[in-house]
Amino acid sequence: MNAKAQNRNDPWLHRFAVLTAVITFLLLGIGGLVTSHEAGMSVPDWPTSYGYNMFALPIKFWKGGAFFEHSHRLLASGAGLLTTILAVWIWLKDSRKWMKWLGVIAFLLVVAQGVLGGLRVTLKMDNLGVIHGVVAQSFFILMCAIALFTSRFWGKWSAGEKTFCVPRGLRTLALATTVLVFCQLVLGATMRGQHAGLAIPDFPMAYGKIWPDTSADAVARYNAVRMDVISENPIKTFGIILQMVHRIVALAIFVLVAAGVWRSWRRLGGKNLLTKLAIFWLALIICQIALGAWTIWSNKAADVATLHVLVGALSLVTGALWCIIAFRRPMSLPEIVPATTISGVFGTPPAMVANK
Amino acid sequence: MKNAFSVLAIGIFGAWQTASAADITGVITLKGTPPAETDLSSYIKGNADCAAMQGDKMPTTHFFVVGSKGEFADVVVSLNNVTGKSTGASAPPAVLDQKGCIYVPGIFAVQTGQKIIVKTSDSCPHNVHTISTAGNGEHNDVQMAGGADLTYTFGKPEAFLKFQCDVHPWMKSWVTVVDSPYFSVSDKDGKFVIKNVPPGKYTVEANHRKLGAQTQDVEVKDGDVTVNFTFTVK
Repeated sequence: MNAKAQNRNDPWLHRFAVLTAVITFLLLGIGGLVTSHEAGMSVPDWPTSYGYNMFALPIKFWKGGAFFEHSHRLLASGAGLLTTILAVWIWLKDSRKWMKWLGVIAFLLVVAQGVLGGLRVTLKMDNLGVIHGVVAQSFFILMCAIALFTSRFWGKWSAGEKTFCVPRGLRTLALATTVLVFCQLVLGATMRGQHAGLAIPDFPMAYGKIWPDTSADAVARYNAVRMDVISENPIKTFGIILQMVHRIVALAIFVLVAAGVWRSWRRLGGKNLLTKLAIFWLALIICQIALGAWTIWSNKAADVATLHVLVGALSLVTGALWCIIAFRRPMSLPEIVPATTISGVFGTPPAMVANK
Repeated sequence: MKNAFSVLAIGIFGAWQTASAADITGVITLKGTPPAETDLSSYIKGNADCAAMQGDKMPTTHFFVVGSKGEFADVVVSLNNVTGKSTGASAPPAVLDQKGCIYVPGIFAVQTGQKIIVKTSDSCPHNVHTISTAGNGEHNDVQMAGGADLTYTFGKPEAFLKFQCDVHPWMKSWVTVVDSPYFSVSDKDGKFVIKNVPPGKYTVEANHRKLGAQTQDVEVKDGDVTVNFTFTVK
């Protein structure tokens, strides 16, 4: 392996990138718990905490909602530090120009995310909380991508040791599905930002029907008998429709990912990496649907709802990585030119593999 | 001379109004069986500070406070066609306390401009977070154990502006802000009294946080007026 390739496959850089991605995932989890426990505003000041330096808040105050919010801030600081180190490391040691700038983007994004979280608290803006959640998912994709790009696997993949093509149709399907998963996450973040608990308390029916009654009288009845303690903002027609759309999009995602598995199997074969990754993606989606149902059946238990957020994040990242890996392959390969059609004395042998 | 006569006329008129003022009283009842209140023990026991302050008997929510004969408490009764008559600036402050990680009272009413003093009787920190849906802004302040009282005033009428603690998210209280001194909150017997209402025609509104509002028109002439409300839960 030449020096340039070695530069790309620095195992310690890769391991550090993986560590940063794992910490980011944990941070997503703690952030999910903050929202699930409605604790986002439990520490009214930022960047201080109850007037203390954030890193010096006495442990006796790490209770209730403040435990989740303060832990989130500390872990976010850790993630920010790791991202900064990673960005500097990439800048200094990775020879790929685009990779250096990717590190810079990661640094800027983590700073922006920290500021977004702080402003959500100091400006008391729920909408910023939703944006903060969505940016978190995007940042997680970026960290996983950096981990991929610093891996030895990527070096070999890019060098074209595995020669097969990924047809345009399959790429488009995967990309569109990944975008739809992202939209689903935005929907989910918006739902959680209503702070109104479960807009629909039953599943798979909705208030006992396939499509719920969303008239003003019906919504008034729903609110009259809701005994929610934590997220007791009144539910609105908008929230009910949002949840119905979320359910429908979940079904669409399942169908699309299943179609992706089928097409991958047919076009790439069962042993192909991308087929296996597609199968893993489908398993995640099935798990996610089960968690969504469980969230409703458990009356939005905080740990279940947070698990639903995390598996959603994994679903998004899996789709994104599938696309990144697939797009590195050609859409088609040149046809074999039979030796008998080549003019010349020496008869050149076939140089390329046929299209599948 | 002319000014003195005007002042005298206004004074006489004011005195006559006060002398003619009457009370609007009534009883609020609830028909039907409300859902069972939620036991807060699982929430409170998960927090050692709060559990220690509660003792053996854990509280429940109080979304429907109903007597044995349907007497319905915590209904805010006001005159909804009377605005701009607030005397809140000179009214004694209302007091909201935090005891055993529960807001006391859970439902109350004040005038626009009237002070609300938030105390804490607890040995753990709370954050006092006000959430308005009618333009009264949002406040969020930490209140340490033994900390100074916090004071709030709200300038716009609003039904059920929320106070909540995000450290202990089951802690909530709702205040209705009224633009006049003519309001009352029904007690455990379902009774309410709106005092010293000047003669005139009014729309009396009874508003419950979960069951919404009802109105009735009344006229105050030369004596107390009684108006009753019945809410139904299905």
